[in-house]
Amino acid sequence: MTRMSAIDELFEKTRAENRAVLVGYLPAGFPDVKTSIAAIEAMVSAGVDLVEVGLPYSDPVMDGPVIQAAADQALSNGIRTTDVLEVARASAATGAPTVVMTYWNPVERFGVERFAAELAAAGGAGLITPDLVPDEAAEWIAASEQHGLDRVFLVAPSSTDARLALTADASSGFIYAAAVMGVTGAREQTSSLAPTLVERVRAVTSTPVGVGLGVSNGEQAHEVATFADAVIVGSALVKALHTGGIDGVATLAAELRAGVER
Amino acid sequence: MPYEQPDATGHFGRFGGRFMPEALIAPLDELDRAWTEAKADPVFTAELDRMLREYANVPSPLYEATRFSEAVGARILLKREDLNHTGAHKIRNVLGQALLAKRIGKPRAIAETGAGQHGVASATACAYLDLECTVYMGEVDTERQALNVARMRMLGAEVVPVTTGSRTLKDAINEALRDWVASVDHTSYLFGTAAGPHPFPSMVRDLTRGIGDEARAQVLELTGSLPDAAVACVGGGSNAIGLFTAFVDDADVQLLGVEAGGDGFDTGRHAATITAGDVGVLHGARSYLLQDQDGQTIESHSISAGLDYPGVGPEHAHLAATGRARYVPATDADAMAAFDLLCKTEGIIPAIESAHALAGAQALAKELGPDATILVNLSGRGDKDVHTAAEWFGLIDGPVVLDEGVEE
Repeated sequence: MTRMSAIDELFEKTRAENRAVLVGYLPAGFPDVKTSIAAIEAMVSAGVDLVEVGLPYSDPVMDGPVIQAAADQALSNGIRTTDVLEVARASAATGAPTVVMTYWNPVERFGVERFAAELAAAGGAGLITPDLVPDEAAEWIAASEQHGLDRVFLVAPSSTDARLALTADASSGFIYAAAVMGVTGAREQTSSLAPTLVERVRAVTSTPVGVGLGVSNGEQAHEVATFADAVIVGSALVKALHTGGIDGVATLAAELRAGVER
Repeated sequence: MPYEQPDATGHFGRFGGRFMPEALIAPLDELDRAWTEAKADPVFTAELDRMLREYANVPSPLYEATRFSEAVGARILLKREDLNHTGAHKIRNVLGQALLAKRIGKPRAIAETGAGQHGVASATACAYLDLECTVYMGEVDTERQALNVARMRMLGAEVVPVTTGSRTLKDAINEALRDWVASVDHTSYLFGTAAGPHPFPSMVRDLTRGIGDEARAQVLELTGSLPDAAVACVGGGSNAIGLFTAFVDDADVQLLGVEAGGDGFDTGRHAATITAGDVGVLHGARSYLLQDQDGQTIESHSISAGLDYPGVGPEHAHLAATGRARYVPATDADAMAAFDLLCKTEGIIPAIESAHALAGAQALAKELGPDATILVNLSGRGDKDVHTAAEWFGLIDGPVVLDEGVEE
């Protein structure tokens, strides 16, 4: 590794504190741009370490009903890619490393190089790309190198060992382990597949592994924190924002943060 | 050098590939391997050929449309895919994918459908091969196509109305993909067109290319030479790629894809993806698509439900980019005029999808003149479109209740 990114430093810090990183996802522009920024600020104050700003997209095939509905609302309010970058800027200003989670077409349409440049200028730390695998990512890899951004690719229980190695090689910051075969959304039980997947990733890389899909409360966060480097929560926070507003987000974030202590 | 596409990773030039969640990459690799093995296995291909022959009424005949030819001013030969079981070319694709599902040993199949034609073909194949079948269909389409919903249920399929996004075909594909990522260990996805992530575009081409292979031999036998042009309508592109593939290496045969021009491609209300769209990524592949400045998908519009899709298969994007095939729009009005002409001159009611190809052939006849021979894929029959057409021509009053389509 040639340099420490903000995300690398975060994982170094939480390792020293003997806890997992808490990653919180909220879509930009839900329910509106201003509120989405306030919700991000609130969840960071309540203990979220790393923010995923979602870029609302018309065809989110990896997302369950909660995030789909939020994206629909943001899009019908007229959210633009440039607004998402502004939300990322506000998020980064909280001091929490901020990545954008986005389906690939909006980045390609904006211009991969231009997107990377503007995200870096906004203080963003990288991208999570749910429908871009390293095999198709040559342009993004070059642009992220150029602008010092981290590349968070996903691995899944179905990934072969060869694909885990290939994905780990292409990733930086952390690796996003999708805990279940399925889409985003809260689940009653944490996945039995996740510990095995994390173990398999650790066999091929020293890059930290975050676990997402289905974590919705402090108890589940605690369970995942026992075997993963980061606990990723999305739909539950979106739902909390929808039903409980900014306070709802802050309350859940605090509960999750208590959960990720080991 | 003969045409060989895609490359080993599913790219047709700069198009195609796999823009999919990692969870589906290994299953897509398995599907690719399974299909490569199956198509090289004489037992599998003999069984598929038997099913196509005995069950699906394939090969379909080539028909010299004499009176239509006189009316448009060139020799028009029709490949009669409208005479296949279930009334369109779709059955070729679905029987192949369903037989592969049996071979792999997955007991459940899912499919997306727009107007219902691929859904009906899937439900048919699943009944025939004893597979459990779930069809995702946009809620808007289930309302417009109530009769096809009933047909699918009659055939034993579960039909799930999709209530997300624009509640049409593209959202049905999204929902089918969401099902598949959670069910892929026991479920096959019977994809309805030559689009999506690798290996679907090339697998669907392999399964539909019989259209062109048969037609090429039939035209040679009838006329002693190759046609001057081969014409097909293009939504996702399965019937067109099925026709074109046999002729790609025949440099003297013009390939013409006819897209849905809707109200006119300059009105913004159309589905002419290659004519008026831009390069981007949708449903797993890089191709042309209808999108806004930020890369959000724009809804398409066409009188033909089967062509009403904002994307197009990646091989068509490649054939357009290399200039090997040409893609032009036909408006709703052009297509319905050609529909009317075929009805009146030949006693054949075409699918409105296929009427777009006829409209394209009509325009091409003017360019090429009376000595030209033009092969047109009549991809489906129009019984399903009677209500839409009757309303268009003012033959009946009242709301459209049976506005069905062939999904190209």
